[in-house]
Amino acid sequence: MGMNAIEKILANHSEQDVVRPGDVVMVDVDVTVQFDSARADVLKIANPEKLVLLHDHVVPAPTVMAANAAKRLREFAERFNVPNYFPVGKHGISHVLVAQEGYALPGQILVNADSHTCSSGALNCLARGMGGPEMLYILCKGQTWYQVGETTKVVLEGTLPERVYPRDIIHYIPGTYGDFAGRNLEWYGDGLAGIGMDGRLTMATISAELSAEFSLFPFDAVLAEYLEGRARWPFEPVFPDDDADYDQVITIDLSSLEPQIVLPDRVAWNTKGAREVGAEKIKVDQAFIGSCANGRISDFAIAAEILKGRTLAKGVRMIVTPGSQDIFQEAIRLGYVETLMEAGAVVTNSTCGACFGGHMGLLADGEVCITASTRNFKGRMGSPEAKVYMGSPATVAASAVTGVITDPRDLEKA
Amino acid sequence: MTVASSFTGKVWKFGHDINTDLVIPNFAVMLPVEEQLQHCFNANRPGWVDEVQRGDVLIVGRNFGVGSARNIGAIFHGLGISGVVAESFNGLGLRNCINVGLPSLPCPGVLEVFEEGDVAEVDWRNGAVRNVTTGATTEGRPIPPQLQDLIAAGGVEDVLRSEGYLAEKTVTLR
Repeated sequence: MGMNAIEKILANHSEQDVVRPGDVVMVDVDVTVQFDSARADVLKIANPEKLVLLHDHVVPAPTVMAANAAKRLREFAERFNVPNYFPVGKHGISHVLVAQEGYALPGQILVNADSHTCSSGALNCLARGMGGPEMLYILCKGQTWYQVGETTKVVLEGTLPERVYPRDIIHYIPGTYGDFAGRNLEWYGDGLAGIGMDGRLTMATISAELSAEFSLFPFDAVLAEYLEGRARWPFEPVFPDDDADYDQVITIDLSSLEPQIVLPDRVAWNTKGAREVGAEKIKVDQAFIGSCANGRISDFAIAAEILKGRTLAKGVRMIVTPGSQDIFQEAIRLGYVETLMEAGAVVTNSTCGACFGGHMGLLADGEVCITASTRNFKGRMGSPEAKVYMGSPATVAASAVTGVITDPRDLEKA
Repeated sequence: MTVASSFTGKVWKFGHDINTDLVIPNFAVMLPVEEQLQHCFNANRPGWVDEVQRGDVLIVGRNFGVGSARNIGAIFHGLGISGVVAESFNGLGLRNCINVGLPSLPCPGVLEVFEEGDVAEVDWRNGAVRNVTTGATTEGRPIPPQLQDLIAAGGVEDVLRSEGYLAEKTVTLR
């Protein structure tokens, strides 16, 4: 029995020739990413050349505590001569930046404390969130462990209908199959050819909400083109063996999918079709598009297309947050920012921001948010008495126009 | 610091999909751990931190610790929880428990074996789970021995400091 792509990347980075589910594998890490803060008591680190430091969750600093943490990160970058440091002004959300700047590479292992690190799986890069203590260990020693889970192969066939997006695919899966705690996802099928890098990054990012370990996309023409002139270092893509072992295969006919809404508070077994939710006429107070899931240029394009010549419904506030300074500039150049602002939206600085209720765009008691960001947990985006529904950027934009949660296919009729 | 291979304590029971943001709410993310833990389960079970006592045990449903990198291990360790038995763990949630030396045992079906307030006796290294109050027993699926040893060693900070990677005097950060 052969190995799947995830098992092969793990084997390539370990002393094991063969990696199987149930193994605990010790691996050498290729790229280490750290955001917002650093410890002052670290005496030596493993590999400053392959360390990426940046500011994202709370930038520019909203509190003295955050400012002091950011200062420690700057000092850390200087102390260890870290060449890959992104100061405020060159900032962006870590998962967006590592793809954009060519640090997340096929066949390699990338680590970051943050749970949405699985985002880089879109680049055939083995990545998942590690948490603070593990990052300290990796920073010092350049190694870590993974407990190898069983892998589900997801085969995408056909093409998505109009107004249905990659975000809807990744909502459909936990609604139909529940959580994937301790399991991996590998994505294949002819349907992938029609899904660009932005969409793949959305799907890989939201794999964290499925509770998956790794979520790995293949190296194909779409990814090859994206990496052209972007990759910082040489890389070797990894493909599954022909006789690779998959514990489960899920096949999805993309042409049959509809826009999908995840209802408040949890993700597993909690998805409904947008038309069904739309029938309930759920009034929206805040609409948000942003985060490592949907803060990319194609998300701006979708929102701008829907909002062009329209205005937000009375009583709705809309926040759109770019995933990086580069994306912000591109959205300005392409006229998207102007379109969104004319419709009444607030376009903010690039940061994790409203997604985690950290320092702006918080929800009041009893409010409803429709969001294309990462999480719908109780209290996630502000008051625990608020309700967070998740949809694609098109669903968010359509809902902002009508003032109630709306299937974007029904906007013209609304 | 070393951790014993079993623990016994009073049960607090929680359901499926208990996420990181319930353990550490958004407004507490930037606070030091000792302040963060005062807000644990504020949204889903207000007042719990005033009732929980050192040595108590968490019995939890599927997908425990789903969500962010917020260090749930540090919170439960700080509250004196002696161990967590969950029907299944999110990988990052489990790693954060392991890295602070918090005994953790996956055990499908465990919610059916305990009512809140029962006393649990858990051999987290070998998997034996017993309800001392009712006499009922079940078997967990222990994490691999290498990871058990990380828990028993008391977590990564101790290891790194003993190997000279960290300065003796620590600075408390999030």
